[in-house]
Amino acid sequence: MPPKKATRKKESTDGDSRVRPFWSGTLTFGLVSVPVNLFPANQAGRAPLRMLSPEGEPLARKYYSEKTERDLEADEMVRGYEVDKGKYVVVTDEELERLAPEKTRDIDLTRFVKEDSIPPLYFERGYFLTPAANSEKAYKLLVAAMEETAQAGIATFVMRGKENLVAIFADHGILRAETMRFADEIRSPAQVGLPEKRKVPPATVRRFETLISKKSKRDYSPSKLNDEQTEALLKLVKKKQAKASNVVRVESEERDKGNVINLVQILKRSLSGKTK
Amino acid sequence: MAARAIWKGKLKLGTSKIPVKLYSAVSDRSVRFHILDDKHLMRVKQHMVHPDNGDEVSNQEIQKGFEVEPGKFVIVTDEDLKSLEPKPSREIEISEFVPPEKISQQWYERPYYLGPDGDENAYFALAEALEKRKREGIAHWVMRNKSYVGALRAQDGYLVLLTLRNANEVISAGDLPKPAGREPSKKEIDMAKHLVSLLEGEFNSADFKDEYRERVMEFIARKAKGGAPRLAAVKSKRKTTSLDSVLTKSIEALRKRKRAA
Repeated sequence: MPPKKATRKKESTDGDSRVRPFWSGTLTFGLVSVPVNLFPANQAGRAPLRMLSPEGEPLARKYYSEKTERDLEADEMVRGYEVDKGKYVVVTDEELERLAPEKTRDIDLTRFVKEDSIPPLYFERGYFLTPAANSEKAYKLLVAAMEETAQAGIATFVMRGKENLVAIFADHGILRAETMRFADEIRSPAQVGLPEKRKVPPATVRRFETLISKKSKRDYSPSKLNDEQTEALLKLVKKKQAKASNVVRVESEERDKGNVINLVQILKRSLSGKTK
Repeated sequence: MAARAIWKGKLKLGTSKIPVKLYSAVSDRSVRFHILDDKHLMRVKQHMVHPDNGDEVSNQEIQKGFEVEPGKFVIVTDEDLKSLEPKPSREIEISEFVPPEKISQQWYERPYYLGPDGDENAYFALAEALEKRKREGIAHWVMRNKSYVGALRAQDGYLVLLTLRNANEVISAGDLPKPAGREPSKKEIDMAKHLVSLLEGEFNSADFKDEYRERVMEFIARKAKGGAPRLAAVKSKRKTTSLDSVLTKSIEALRKRKRAA
């Protein structure tokens, strides 16, 4: 939810020694509860370009009021829902928090389904769950049971002002949660306006089957999916760097300190049981 | 109401080209909030300012830079970016077909439907062939000056194209250490498997509703009418007990429920 940004405090300068998980809660199945921490399983891959002043100073993004033309501080902004043109209902963080009932603060696995039975249309974003506070054994128990039965757990829970439908998979000994779209967020072929399915000549199907077989590979890893555009940008940057006229320097080592957080390092630390 | 196609092209497969239209398979239902200034309850605007004096820097004056080391930027111009854009194309190329389980859920980003743009026979035949062969095609195409990689699949007899994330965006569980701590016993695992089997069912997305979204919308509606709706206080968490006894109790409780049903 974008308004969160408006109220978020500036990152503290004490580095990444105590990076907080994205979300903390309790995973439950039956009466077993497993306290977990949740971290993103995806990271920003694109090389970000910074906006600079004509002198090469990195710029800051500010919100301002159109009425007073004055920049606003975080505590001068609120979140509003537009009920009529230009008419807003203000909703506070506290109100949103209170609208989330206790039960949705837990990830309650009320159903298990075959791992491969969920259409990929539903998947939105991945997160890793790591064991928190002496829950390693119960965590491993759930991993083992899911791995041996090839089942995924389904649940809903509230995180950062949004209810999430998730499927939880056991993946190399680690629990991975994939947030999913709700049924009403996925269009059906009929809603899109696709034509009715029709019977096709079996010979045409066979012809495509042959084409598919010819180009089939039994082994494949998406880890070779490189971002070619970003790679091309990095190459271009390297080339330009050689010429001094393309390079600007600013005398401010303070500015970006602690901003680069290595997610993999955080995950490794969290999985090894060293939380602090 | 039928959706509008966002792109048109040809699916290239060997020597055949199937004309297709691309549609978003997603309709956004999230509650949209705006940031307002609290005095006038008007939407705020954004601008870029100089960090030291707060002076506004206009769009024309802003230049883009890539930080090669802290405080050192290489300027990247709009022409540079333009030169990096992929060659425009209207073709979706399939480089290979792979078993679906080779692509974990983590890679999928955005789903699109492909619809036939003329030759319906070829379209539905390909969908049927993909279903029969249990394969997913790795697709490459250029849309809006950006190159995409996606998975071409059959879904209920229709073709879907799901964009895939780049390798540098995905952290693989296989690259992480297994969690530390004691292993559960075989007996415990067997009990947990039994518990999982009692909870086993079909995936039916209609069983899950975004209740929170409904509550937020209801709350907004009441507040808009001038009400000050009462809200429950936030409750605290429960306690945990021994794993073994909890597993036994869970299984008993679920069995009872099954018998009663």
